[in-house]
Amino acid sequence: MLSLNELWFILVAVLFIGFFFLEGFDFGVGMATGILAKNDTERRVLINSIGPFWDGNEVWLLTAGGAIFAAFPNWYATMFSGYYTPLVVLLLALIARGVAFEFRGKVQDNRWKKTWDICIFIGSLLPPFLLGVVFSGFMKGLPIDGQMEMKAGLFDMVNGYTLVGGVTVTVLCFVHGLLFTVLRTEGEIQARARRLAKQMLYPLAALLALTGVATYFATDIFEAHGTVLSVLALLGLAAFLLAGYFLSHKRDGWAFGMTGAVIALAIIGVFAGLFPNVMISSVDSAFNLTIHNAASGHYSLKVMTIVALSLLPFVLGYQIWSYFIFHKRVHEKSHLEY
Amino acid sequence: MDPLMLARIQYAATTIFHFFFVPVSIGMVFMIAVMETMYVVKGKEEYKKMAKFWGKLFLINFAVGVVTGILQEFQFGMNWSDYSRFVGDVFGAPLAIEALAAFFLESTFIGIWIFGWDRLSKKVHLLSIWLVCFGTTLSALWILAANSFMQHPVGYQINNGRAEMTDFFALLANGQLWVEFPHTVLGALATGSFLICGISAYKMLKKIDYSFFKSSFKIALVVALCSSFLTAIFGHQQAQYLVETQPMKMAASEGLWGESGDPAPWTVAAFIDPTNKENKYEIKIPYLLSFLSYSKFSGEVKGMNELQAEYTQKYGEGNYIPPVRTTFWSFRIMVAAGSLMILFSAYGLYLWMRKKMDRPNKGYLRLMLFGISLPYIANTSGWIMTEMGRQPWTVFGLMTTADSVSPSVTAGQVLFSIIAFCTVYAALAVVMVFLWLKVIKQGPYKTDASDNEHSTDPFGKEGYHAVS
Repeated sequence: MLSLNELWFILVAVLFIGFFFLEGFDFGVGMATGILAKNDTERRVLINSIGPFWDGNEVWLLTAGGAIFAAFPNWYATMFSGYYTPLVVLLLALIARGVAFEFRGKVQDNRWKKTWDICIFIGSLLPPFLLGVVFSGFMKGLPIDGQMEMKAGLFDMVNGYTLVGGVTVTVLCFVHGLLFTVLRTEGEIQARARRLAKQMLYPLAALLALTGVATYFATDIFEAHGTVLSVLALLGLAAFLLAGYFLSHKRDGWAFGMTGAVIALAIIGVFAGLFPNVMISSVDSAFNLTIHNAASGHYSLKVMTIVALSLLPFVLGYQIWSYFIFHKRVHEKSHLEY
Repeated sequence: MDPLMLARIQYAATTIFHFFFVPVSIGMVFMIAVMETMYVVKGKEEYKKMAKFWGKLFLINFAVGVVTGILQEFQFGMNWSDYSRFVGDVFGAPLAIEALAAFFLESTFIGIWIFGWDRLSKKVHLLSIWLVCFGTTLSALWILAANSFMQHPVGYQINNGRAEMTDFFALLANGQLWVEFPHTVLGALATGSFLICGISAYKMLKKIDYSFFKSSFKIALVVALCSSFLTAIFGHQQAQYLVETQPMKMAASEGLWGESGDPAPWTVAAFIDPTNKENKYEIKIPYLLSFLSYSKFSGEVKGMNELQAEYTQKYGEGNYIPPVRTTFWSFRIMVAAGSLMILFSAYGLYLWMRKKMDRPNKGYLRLMLFGISLPYIANTSGWIMTEMGRQPWTVFGLMTTADSVSPSVTAGQVLFSIIAFCTVYAALAVVMVFLWLKVIKQGPYKTDASDNEHSTDPFGKEGYHAVS
């Protein structure tokens, strides 16, 4: 039987899977507005393809943050204060990106649009990168002292390993977003998205492999969870190969599902590798934050379990419904709100 | 510089800024839902135009509210990590539930509402805006449940050096919540409706799209009057609750050092000298403080000196008196702004009854244009009173602000983030006002330029506008 602490560890993982799967593609589409789109119309088609969804997708991050606060207050406190400056940058990026979608189309002026285009591009590029850096840091270990305070310098947070993690997450989101574009658009831009996605599979494969190898050497998570992580890595490899296979056979939905599976398996890998820790201390393993010493009390976890398990099905239900309403492809003659 | 002071400045600045947008969103989405309901029931196109026009303004405001809200959720951990460790067990729950129950609902259905005009049946589309409305109110409920715990902690026990939840329903049944939540949400409705009244008044003054804005004005006026009146009623309830639960805040908001005497008079204005703990020159209205505190014309209210002595005995040495002048004046400013709102909207109703609403006089319209500022003033000063009046505590009686701050975050880091956020927020404010003025100038009958004017694709030019 799962303890409530374990259950909440899993729930937090589920929320992050939801976040990276969903917001992952809209980050990718945001990057594509700067890389794939050739003119204003194409940029608008891309932005409108995620128009009804991006805000709801972002709430998965807020909910994950809220869930960590409620279930593991010490994790929340250590992580958010320890990663202070990167989080400030993350917030600025999310702020700029969020208003850019709404503001961009309101004034017909090239400089105006250019400004918000930059916000959308950078605002979509930085968050997955920063979150990749943060998550790799969890696994590699951070200078956390006996009072659970993380006093990290720049190079504790940003180093070779975490940079690899950051870049991998970013490119993974980009490819995932390209496949979403293939699914949601038609004509020339769709063809180009397909071509670029295929080309991007090679660097992505290299990055994923590099991350795997780097994780093996830079962290000690394989020592405790070697078997599980190997299985996950094999599954990830299979999903990745299938993504390539489906993409070249124009089974776009399946291809998109497979990059989603790679994302999900990567997050599962991070959490499985950490378990039962939530943050690893590089000072002393006795100072690790775990699902026990970071957690809320039993009563609080019980209440939150009941609340979360009764609300999540509804959330999933109406979010899926919204994707169903807007399943039609977006093209330049569609109603482009943004 | 002191990292604690910097963290406080950042929290105050970003929260006040965030709360410029929140009540507008809550209030306007309700108005828009009402307008769209009238469209669905009566079938008149004008109501649809109304929902769309005000919807456009709402969405610009909503976007800023949403993005500045992300920071709010992160900031507890970033700047107040010791606070988060101490109360996370209790305080995290309403925050997580707010995201799970409210944020998902409003963000998903706002997307459906924006993009769904031509994809959904009228009724389902109407349902989506009501769900957004429900979501924003639910969000207010949970965040205020969290705030109410800070004002009046209930349903917890101190275990292992932190507050642990023992009774979830006590959090929800917190008396503070049930005076604070209606007061805040009704205040938000007043904010949204005063905005619509003010903008409509401006257009009526300019004699542009007169009938459209007259109808908008009338709908908003009804909500403005009801909500500003009810806000005051719940404000009165809240004051009475305050006397019981946070008498120090009450005394500070009255500038009351010594005994009030029975019956207690209400101080309209005073020169407060916090160093010598006395007031020079006071203007007082007899009986009124007793009435505000107990709804009757007798009863004594405790002063700050007596409470300071009480608290010193209970909590140990320390200064338990909040910044008195700030608390005193913010309360008065809120009350004044709120009273003007009631007067302005009541006068509008009087004109309406006298059948003068078809051609209201210019003076009144100008008054209502000026009236846009009132809810902003009242909201901001109300929260300043609530939060400053609670000092030195973050959680009343349990944890002080000085103990709440993140020990691992340096002054330099906070200074950097203050500068970054303030710069970005200032830019957001400028852009938002600019866009609002632009949309207001365009008016409701201009077809969406964003859809066909600027296509660089030669085949995109005939792009039809599926909406209008």
